[in-house]
This record gives sequence, structure tokens and C-alpha cells, in this order.
Amino acid sequence: MTELWNGLIKAVELIVTLDPEVIEIAGRSLGISVTSAILASLICVPLASLIHFHQFRGKRFLISLIQTFYSVPTVAIGLFVFVFISRAGPLGWLGLLFSPAAIVIGQMLLVTPILLGLTISALRGVDRSIIDTARSLGASGFQAAIVILREARFAVMAAVIMGFGRAISEVGISLMVGGNIRGFTRVITTAISLETSKGDLELSIALGIILISIALIINIILNRVQQR
Amino acid sequence: MNFNRKIRTKIIIFSTVLLILASLAMGAVGCAKSSEAAPLEPKQRVRVATTTSLYDTGLWGYLEPMFEEQYGVELDVMYAGTGKALEYGQRGDVDIITVHSKAREEAFVAEGYGVERVPFAYNYFLIVGPSGDPAGIKGMLPEEACKKLMDSGSSSFVSRGDDSGTHSKEKSIWQKAGYEYEAVQQAGTWYIEAGTGMGPTLMMASEKQGYTLTDMGTYLAYKGKLELVPIVEKGDILLNVYSAIAVNPESAPKTKIDMASNLIGFLTSPEIQELIGKYGVDEYGMQLFIPCAGAEPTK
Repeated sequence: MTELWNGLIKAVELIVTLDPEVIEIAGRSLGISVTSAILASLICVPLASLIHFHQFRGKRFLISLIQTFYSVPTVAIGLFVFVFISRAGPLGWLGLLFSPAAIVIGQMLLVTPILLGLTISALRGVDRSIIDTARSLGASGFQAAIVILREARFAVMAAVIMGFGRAISEVGISLMVGGNIRGFTRVITTAISLETSKGDLELSIALGIILISIALIINIILNRVQQR
Repeated sequence: MNFNRKIRTKIIIFSTVLLILASLAMGAVGCAKSSEAAPLEPKQRVRVATTTSLYDTGLWGYLEPMFEEQYGVELDVMYAGTGKALEYGQRGDVDIITVHSKAREEAFVAEGYGVERVPFAYNYFLIVGPSGDPAGIKGMLPEEACKKLMDSGSSSFVSRGDDSGTHSKEKSIWQKAGYEYEAVQQAGTWYIEAGTGMGPTLMMASEKQGYTLTDMGTYLAYKGKLELVPIVEKGDILLNVYSAIAVNPESAPKTKIDMASNLIGFLTSPEIQELIGKYGVDEYGMQLFIPCAGAEPTK
């Protein structure tokens, strides 16, 4: 118990005194995961609209496939990305393995199903009469889609925030394709994993507190957004 | 009502944007730290995959800034067991490896993946365990100790189980004691495969109060956190040689052979050899690594 207590005190000290290592790792984690969530949403929101606004064979199946991948294991994505971007792999010439870019790619793949699925649900939630009204007022298909997207903006935002939450809390991808290089690809989760296994609990606890605080902030924002 | 809602919306959007901007700024600060002294063009990155014992002892953390300053590059140090490091080298994902498993290193060079095997330091392996020595193996030769562990089958033995250099050494000890490694793996619940680095394996052995095979350097660096004492320390098989191998540019064209050669030159230079020999002496009261620039130690 004393170990935990001492660790906790030292951890709070590390945070309050803005320990450079803690700030650097937390900053990198946020930077990487925000980038992943934003880049993924730039792809996923239009793609989800495309799926939602078009009728085609196998649409229902596609959507349940997307939902199945909500809980894809991070290590499976880590392995997949590793095989592709390793120098011996098909995208090896890019030299991306063990870099922050590699983590971003992995996290984008991780959050894509969540973003797609939740955005489609968000669009579905919009009252059918709004699209009819827009069309009857002479809106083109594209304009009508914009109207619907605007109606669903809070739910879409919630989806993006959910995606960010999943990205920042994952450890498998960062460890496998980032390599946990100190000062380059070490993020909150990989640092916690390494420091705990080495028995250095203070840094782990400090980073753990930051990670939980981020989760808390996300949840508060998410709650506010969903009350819309 | 409507007005109120609009304001709340604005507040939420504003705070979200603020959060994003803040995190991007923090990310930029995080990245800037590694490049603040950089000239206009980004620094070249050199990748070394190292056995976990050289990482967990803090030796690489100590040498890294010196090399970076001397050559104006960013050195990325990845900790991986010898098996993983060799695999990274084979795939061309790193420029140089520092490992400790002679037979596999020689095969790596012979197959054309590595340029040359350059030993630069050594120390010894030892078997550590709980001070009570429940299996009664203290002072035995490693082969005898393994036999006794196998026969009694009651005291835990934590194996690295990660295809590392230490793991290879452990396998060869079992073999010398007259057992097939597969038989050892299936011998019972006392044989634990940790599948992790040297430091974490020691922590696990300490938690479970079992025995484990470790290199002297990592054991000394972790001693303060462990409830384990040296049990078996004598035997020729326990020699532990670390060497550096540059990844062959013919098998992996994108690797940076120049910088890899620089790093080998750096590791075997008289000044750095002296620092390696002194590393940790003040802190742990004993030499962690014995320098051996380019020459193979025999015992």
C-alpha cells in the first residue's frame, strides 16, 4: 500500500511540476491521436454519407460488417500494418515503420469502423421529413446531404470524439509499429506498459492519471454533445 | 431558450476546438524537443535494435546522446530480444543491431544479412533465485542445477521465452544438461515462459520467488527492486558476449551503412570502451560490462 501511496504522491509531483518527460509523452500521445481522429474523420464522414445516401445491394451486410469491426483487436491491426510497411513489405519503400506516421496509419484503421458506423447511425437519426422538405424546395442530392449532415453534426462530432478516445487509449498498435522509441514514438500507453514492467511506478501512475483525465474530459464533452 | 441553446452550442464547439488546438500545440512541443538544435533540414535518423539487457541497464540511454552529438544524427534505440532484433535486421527495418547470441549472429552474417560481427563488451550470465534456495542448487554448475530443477519439479523457473540471446543461452544449458527443450517446456507448471525483456522477467521471478537466468548487468541494475540473490555463478557456458552487426546494404539497400559503421567505430573506440567499462560502477558497486573492442573473449 505504501508503494502505491508514494507512487501517487510522486506522480502528482511529476504532473504539477510539469516534468518535461511527462509533458513530452502526453503531448505526443495527444498529437498523434488527434491527428488520427481528424484524418480518419475527413475520410469517414464523406464515405459514411455516400453509403447512407445510396441504395445498393449488400448495404445492410456492409453496415453489419462495419459494426463487427468496432471491436477489432489492436494487435491484429498492428500486425497488419507491420507486414505492409516493414521494409520487406509492399509499402516498405516509404520507410514508415517505427515512426509516428506508422502509429497514425494504424490508429486511423482502428477508428475507421467506429467513425463510419456511428456517422451512418447519426445520419439515420435525422428526421426523414427534413430531406423531403429540402428536396421539395429544389435542393440537389448533394445540397440535401449537406443539410442532413448539418442536422446530424452533434452526433457526428460525438462519433469523432469516440474515435479519438479509442485511438489514444490503444497500446497494441503503438507498441508494434511505433516501437516505443524514447523521444520519438513513446506515447502514454506504451510508456506505462514499459515503466510498469520495469517496476518504475511513478512515471506510470502520472501518465495513467493524465490518460484517465483525458478520458474524463472526453466523456464530459460527449455527454454535453449528446444532450443536443 | 433558443438563445441559450445557441450559446451552449458555441461553448461546446469552442472548447472542442480549444482542446484540439492545445493538443496539437503540445504535440508540436513534444516533437520540437527532439529537433530544437537541428539545422534547417531534418536530422538523419539511425535505427539500432538492441537486446533488452543493454537497454534495461540504461547503457544505451547513456551512450545515445554522445553518439548523437558526435555525428549530428538522431539515434532511435529500439529494445527487442536478440531474435526480434535479428528479424528487424533481416527485414531491413533497422540499420544496426547489438545482440548476444554468437551462433545466431554468425548465421546472420553468413546468410548475407549482416556485414560483420564485432564483439564490443562482455559479462557473465548467472542464475538468480530466492535467498532460501528451495531447490538446493546453490554453487552447482548450471547444467547440474538445471537437472536438479527438472527432477524436483517444484521450484518455479521463469524463462525469458522470447527467443532472445538469454533465452538461447538457457536452451543451450538445458541441452547440455541432457534435455530436449520441448520436453522442458512441457515439464510442468513450474516452468514459466514470460515472453518479455530481461528487466520484466527478473521482476516476475522476484514476484513469484522463482529462479531465472540473467545477465550480470541487468541483474545489478535491478538488484534494488528484487528479492533475488545469485545462486549459480560458475561455469564456462555462462560467458555472455555482446556484439554489434551492421545490416548489410546488399540485402537491405535502404539501410544507412555509413552511420552503422560510425556507430561500430564509436562503440569500439578507446574512449567509449573506457566509459562502457566504468558504466554503473559508482551506482551498483560492480562492473556491469567488460569492454573487449573487436576481440572475442574466451572466458
